[in-house]
Amino acid sequence: MKFYFFHLMPYQDIDPDFLETNKSSWINLPNTYYDPKKGAKLYHRYLDEMELADELGFDGVCVNEHHQTAYGMMPSPNVLAGALSRRLKKATIGVIGRALPIVENPLVIAEEFAMIDNLMEGRFIAGFVRGIGCEYHASMTNPGFSHERFREAHDLIIRAWSEPGPFEFYGKHYHFQYVNIWPRPYQSPRPPIWIPSQGSTETVEFAAHPDRKYTYIITFSPVASVKNNLKAYRDQCEVFGYECPPDQLGWAMPAYVAETDEIARKEAAVHIESLFNKFIMSPPQYKLPPGYSSLSSYKAVMEGKYKVRQNYLTCDALIENGMFLCGSPSTVVEKLEEYQAEMGFGNIAPMLQFGTLPADLTEKNLRMFANEVMPKVRHLGVTPEVVAAE
Amino acid sequence: MAAHTSKRMTIAGCEIELLQGGAGPALVFLHGAGGAQSWMPYMDRLAEHYTVYVPSHPGWGRSDTPDWLDGMGDLAYFYLNFLDALGEDEVHLVGNSLGGWLALEIAVRSTARIQTLTLVSAAGIHLAGVPKGDIFLWDDDERVYNTFFDRKLAEARLAKQPSEEDADIALKNHFSTAKMAWHPRFYNPVLQKWLHRITVPTLIMWGDSDKIFPPAYGDAMHKLIPGSTLTIVPECGHLPHQEKLDDFIAGVTAHTARHDTRHNSGAAS
Repeated sequence: MKFYFFHLMPYQDIDPDFLETNKSSWINLPNTYYDPKKGAKLYHRYLDEMELADELGFDGVCVNEHHQTAYGMMPSPNVLAGALSRRLKKATIGVIGRALPIVENPLVIAEEFAMIDNLMEGRFIAGFVRGIGCEYHASMTNPGFSHERFREAHDLIIRAWSEPGPFEFYGKHYHFQYVNIWPRPYQSPRPPIWIPSQGSTETVEFAAHPDRKYTYIITFSPVASVKNNLKAYRDQCEVFGYECPPDQLGWAMPAYVAETDEIARKEAAVHIESLFNKFIMSPPQYKLPPGYSSLSSYKAVMEGKYKVRQNYLTCDALIENGMFLCGSPSTVVEKLEEYQAEMGFGNIAPMLQFGTLPADLTEKNLRMFANEVMPKVRHLGVTPEVVAAE
Repeated sequence: MAAHTSKRMTIAGCEIELLQGGAGPALVFLHGAGGAQSWMPYMDRLAEHYTVYVPSHPGWGRSDTPDWLDGMGDLAYFYLNFLDALGEDEVHLVGNSLGGWLALEIAVRSTARIQTLTLVSAAGIHLAGVPKGDIFLWDDDERVYNTFFDRKLAEARLAKQPSEEDADIALKNHFSTAKMAWHPRFYNPVLQKWLHRITVPTLIMWGDSDKIFPPAYGDAMHKLIPGSTLTIVPECGHLPHQEKLDDFIAGVTAHTARHDTRHNSGAAS
């Protein structure tokens, strides 16, 4: 199993009562809540945490993209990947991912990812997402074209990486006379690709396709739905006529490890609750703009997930439904063994900093996870023969 | 209630629903974001004076959502075909909100079939420094409250429990609205350069308390369309034809009567 420390980089110094006068921590939460002096310190602290993960033996570190929110300070994850690229000795960088549809020129993403891949001499994972609904309000990208633009931008980037340039590309949304990116990616024909998802059928079919075989990462989901979604992906691979290897499956979840289950809960509770009840908070119409999903999935999500999220999520409830992996090393190891046996994943991307979790507890969490969990489960979910270049 | 029919009509491979009622000069009403899938009191009142046609736009109501529907330009060309196929030489064209924007997009392309134009709280232009309401960031209740001046009307609307079909149609309409109007938000930057092409008699009607497109938009449109008339309806929100039906009917009938040279029936009531 491979371990990727996934950082969301929340603006954790925010006034804790900000939701009393705002509906959302996204889109229109006034940026006067952001203090650059505090923010700058947080950036450096968070980057230090990622460098520590490298020293502790994590296989990689991951960043992602969100806009206009206290939830994460990474509107441009590639800036942070650039900052990390000269400091990481062994770890891979995963940008999981960039939101393809919300840019007007996807070649910028192809170029920047190729630059990081060169700087890292191939220790780079490219992540592609549509971006959550809030990004469509922030960028004014029409959510009704989200799927079309994702597929088209994806095709353009893949071709830009793997076909000799210059060539022309004329799509419905993107039009280029000369596609000819410099630099080309370091990895040939391209970097490995991860598709973080919350489990849509369209995404499963897209990622599992034999032409792609992208690593499918389930994020922020109760363990029951992680199981269903990873199973759906494995089943889809079978439909396509191949067996899904462990390295094509992953799970990203907040995690906290301490000396005992009780200490872990006690130390993590207020911070994990701040993530799920404050930093992630926005009304449904912020998260699901019209056209972002099909009419039928829109109705299903409104009825299902968002009704659940209207309740305050306690630390105990989050541990109970498996959205939060928390406990003593032996508890966490047992759970990972059980889940891995059942779901067959070969990657996990634990978020070992979350919400308001302070520097000292984050460091403790990183060390305990690296020293007492990773060695015990590393042998699980290893893909028998790693095929060079997918 | 006036007799009315619902029929299906196919244009450019897209089947739409067309409500029709009344007798007299032809009037086509282009609905706004919320659609017009049932016969409403304003249609009934218009039917006392006109042969009223209310099509559901492609993507709305019980009309198809065609693959070609990507923006307002597509709807405008669709309606140029529709007006050719309707069997009327000329029509009085009335559009509300997104339907008003649509009427503008049609009229800058061709006024050949348009006898008069009435724009009711029409979208379509942008006015610097006058923020519009954001129907996509409001929740369902806010959207209704911000549509009416009279809170009681909003409460009555919210008290109605929609049927499953109506709820599905409302969602479909909202999705199509986003596809047409998300970006640029409810306007076409090109349009205001060419509104001077509209030379048919134009009435612009606006609620004085419109929270979606403030009345300053009506004023701006009035300045951009040569010879147009602006009527501000007092104590009225975004839907004068629902909130101030008498003012709406009086305004439309007077406007069409003034300019209806071939028929002489518009001045009734």
